[in-house]
Amino acid sequence: MILEALIAVAFVSALVVLLAPNEWAGKLAFALSLIPFAGSLYLWSAFDGSGNALTGGDIAFRTQVEWLEVGGRSVSWFVGLDGISLPLVVLTTFLVPLAIVSAWTPIDSRQSQFYGLMLFMQANLLGVFTALDFFLWFIFWEAVLVPMYFLIGIWGGPRRKYAAIKFFVYTNAASLLMFIGFMSLVFALGDSVSSFALPEITQAIAAGDLSAWFGIAPERMALLAFLAMFLGFAVKVPIVPVHTWLPDAHVEAPTPVSVLLAGVLLKMGTYALLRFNFTMLPNQASALAIPIAAIAVISVIYGAMLALAQKDLKRIVAYSSVSSMGYVILGLVVFTEYGVGGATFQMVAHGLISGLMFMAVGVVYNATHTRMVGDMAGMADRMPITVGILVAGAFGYMGLPLMAGFAGEFFIFVGSLSAPALPYAPVFTALAMFGIVIVAGYLLSAMQSTLFGPFHLETDYEVGPAPFHDVAPLAVLLVAIIVLGVAPDIFFEMIRDAAVPVVEGVTLDG
Amino acid sequence: MVNAPTAVTALLPVLLFALTGLALLLIDTIRPSGRSNTSMAVVSALGSLGALGATAWLVVSGTVGVDAGAVRLFADTIAVDTMALFFIAIFASVTALVVVAAHDYFHDHANPAAFYSLVLFATTGMALLAVANSLAVVFVALEMVSLPSYVLVAFLKQNRGSVEAGMKYFLVGALSSAIFLFGISLVYAATGSLLFGDVAEAVGSLDGLAGVAGLGIVMIVGGVAFKTASVPFHFWAPEAYEGAPAPVSAYLSSASKAAGFVVAFQLFTEAFPVGASVGANIDWVLAFGIIAAVTMTLGNFAAAVQEEVKRMLAYSSIGHAGYALIGLAALSAGGQANGTVMGAAMAHLLVYGFMNTGAFLFVAMAERWGVGRTFADYAGLARRAPVASTAMAVFMFSLAGLPPFAGFFSKYFLFQAAIDNGFVWLAALGAVNSVISLYYYSRVVKALFIDDPDSPSALDAIDVRPTALYAAVVFAAVATVLLLPGFGPVIETAEAAASALF
Repeated sequence: MILEALIAVAFVSALVVLLAPNEWAGKLAFALSLIPFAGSLYLWSAFDGSGNALTGGDIAFRTQVEWLEVGGRSVSWFVGLDGISLPLVVLTTFLVPLAIVSAWTPIDSRQSQFYGLMLFMQANLLGVFTALDFFLWFIFWEAVLVPMYFLIGIWGGPRRKYAAIKFFVYTNAASLLMFIGFMSLVFALGDSVSSFALPEITQAIAAGDLSAWFGIAPERMALLAFLAMFLGFAVKVPIVPVHTWLPDAHVEAPTPVSVLLAGVLLKMGTYALLRFNFTMLPNQASALAIPIAAIAVISVIYGAMLALAQKDLKRIVAYSSVSSMGYVILGLVVFTEYGVGGATFQMVAHGLISGLMFMAVGVVYNATHTRMVGDMAGMADRMPITVGILVAGAFGYMGLPLMAGFAGEFFIFVGSLSAPALPYAPVFTALAMFGIVIVAGYLLSAMQSTLFGPFHLETDYEVGPAPFHDVAPLAVLLVAIIVLGVAPDIFFEMIRDAAVPVVEGVTLDG
Repeated sequence: MVNAPTAVTALLPVLLFALTGLALLLIDTIRPSGRSNTSMAVVSALGSLGALGATAWLVVSGTVGVDAGAVRLFADTIAVDTMALFFIAIFASVTALVVVAAHDYFHDHANPAAFYSLVLFATTGMALLAVANSLAVVFVALEMVSLPSYVLVAFLKQNRGSVEAGMKYFLVGALSSAIFLFGISLVYAATGSLLFGDVAEAVGSLDGLAGVAGLGIVMIVGGVAFKTASVPFHFWAPEAYEGAPAPVSAYLSSASKAAGFVVAFQLFTEAFPVGASVGANIDWVLAFGIIAAVTMTLGNFAAAVQEEVKRMLAYSSIGHAGYALIGLAALSAGGQANGTVMGAAMAHLLVYGFMNTGAFLFVAMAERWGVGRTFADYAGLARRAPVASTAMAVFMFSLAGLPPFAGFFSKYFLFQAAIDNGFVWLAALGAVNSVISLYYYSRVVKALFIDDPDSPSALDAIDVRPTALYAAVVFAAVATVLLLPGFGPVIETAEAAASALF
């Protein structure tokens, strides 16, 4: 019942905040968002699941209640956690309060609506990571888009309308494609499944229950469904070349929204890829391993190169997200314990690090009202603490050991170097590793020109140390990144436990 | 043998509508001083809610049920079955919403009493249409719906647009009534009966008269197309909905459309069953397939290019008629999922009843404020009216079929049922149209929440909070949201009711 309670608390909080007066909506939202966080800590401590939820492992905090029936298959309220979803639930509930605090300074109009929508999004995000029934999951998945559309469209920058519409149209079209892909799988399963429960469907596919539907042979159907779902989720991740909505959305979105967009929403895409494509159809994934790995490496390198060419600090961080998501895809496609586990770990690590980077850039922007690299210099003199944390975060991005980013990337590379499912694995790994060099290059050069040297600012603003409530979330995030980097096992153990069955799902030829 | 209590009991919802209408007329006639707008609205709302309650009671008490079968009255000319009650529930809900909203819309009208009694009489006709089991009753009931509707569209008689719309509606309506009646007479000529059951029997053995019956059925299809605002008899809809007072548009596009569907569903299952008709070479399934495909596509594309919100909603309602027609178009002789398809269409009409009524009532609110009619005029309304705008966003996303709202399930079930019955192409076309519709529905949301008003003073028009109108809009929005978790009982009832007819 605790998962339902968590989601319900988030929904009710959203309503309460929507009706609260603007003056203290932010404080109220922060206080209320601590309840789901406390709840998720309890979930963590009381977690008793084992294995992967989809392949027949023990699902923690499971509830399954029949909802309705369609075409002979039942749709149910089915939620639960395993080692893959729990870290993402904790990440979500951890980032939302911090993002809310980081909104106190920049959001100065229609506050109650802003914080209400943030909490509404949180409720749906929790739903996405806990739902184990396809319809339930899909409803939450789509419901995340609605608040995001408003958050970008109302509180965004000058081109907010364009960015909001682009985001909305792109991701909705992708959802439809994915929906069709998944439904054709269900139709091809015919009478062998009696519900839309993801575990049942996964296990039926693994048992070889796919049959020809509409004149399409089962193998071909599985392949088509894989492609449709992969493309649908690729938009969300995003993977090059369907990444173009991301920089627009990020640049126009207000800082706290960027934090959640990069920190949690992108993980919806990789999480769904892992759940649907790589767990349900592992053999199709390994058959397509080379093209997928190629796309992953291209995302890493191309994203980093694009970041290198940017002048806007936020765009730099946005494009480097594209690059980091490439590592996740690479980790998934190699189908090793460390690869898949490391990819999941990297989702959490990147959530924290990119959240920190967006927040820090936001704090600088609050003071200077510019994000252009050429417009400022020597910020370290005026905002020492903020800049210190920003530098630390950037090193986390570059994969400095003892920080979460290092652990994630290290696991992925360990996993991908010895990947039986992926031919030429060492080549792909080496190419992807080269991405880190580019990341270091652009982050160092951007930092050098903006943060150090004599103070200079193009815009006419008085710059001083940032207020406490701007810096505090940064510090909290940095601590979390270091803790996770020093002791990755606090998550990695349960992640690995859930990743092993995914790896075992592949039937390797020879 | 008909005994009086059963007739009164079974027809209680219909009688309650009629009595409420008469009571309103009575108050208006004998005590003109007592005809305050508020008391009229309260009486009509209570009357419709009473009818809704009576409908629910008939189902719950088991007087009418899938097991008990239809209650047949007056030498079989009336048959009260679960499908009829399902639709009466839609009519009653929409009527209640509309009369509550009308209270604020007509707050300064000289004689609003006429409005309420006309709405109630039209609803009586719809309820009668739902229970009709004879072509003669169908025609009388159809006229009983149409005549008050013409007057309602032209209700603002000082307003040129309203009168013009009423005139157009009347001309097209009169023509289609004539066609429909001629169709009935041809069917009678070929089959020798007006009762659905007898017609169905005769359709199985038409001999040389198949041509006559076929022509009659085609004409009846035309009448249905008019009532449901489907191609090729859809021309009146944008004009009438745009010119009519917005509560009337809400009423016509939700309740009146559903009335067209209930008569179509009953006629084409009980009087012209799929198997017998196709056997007699009268393939009306194909006709409905073409009409559905063209209607949904045309409605969507036309809606996408509109500049006025009300007109966009009018075309969108044509598009939705196309979706609901799948309920007839995806039937097949002996199809396994016939009941599921029709049931899904019924459930869609119920959900549509709430979301579409709500959307038109929001337009009514905008007209009440006097903010203008185009998308641009709606810019920034959310700043002054956040609750109503949120409700409108719910209606728009639900009409588009986005998942967090009931419109997603009702569309999904419809398309899935069509696929199960072998009509993948209709489902695919419906899905494509749904995606297109997101474009123009989201334009409204964008205008309300994201666009800035032309001038700061543009929002000053919003100086009143019409309580009743607000209540109706918010209630419709809550229903649209709650029908998602509560979709199970709705679809089960609808499927059981439809399956009983095959």
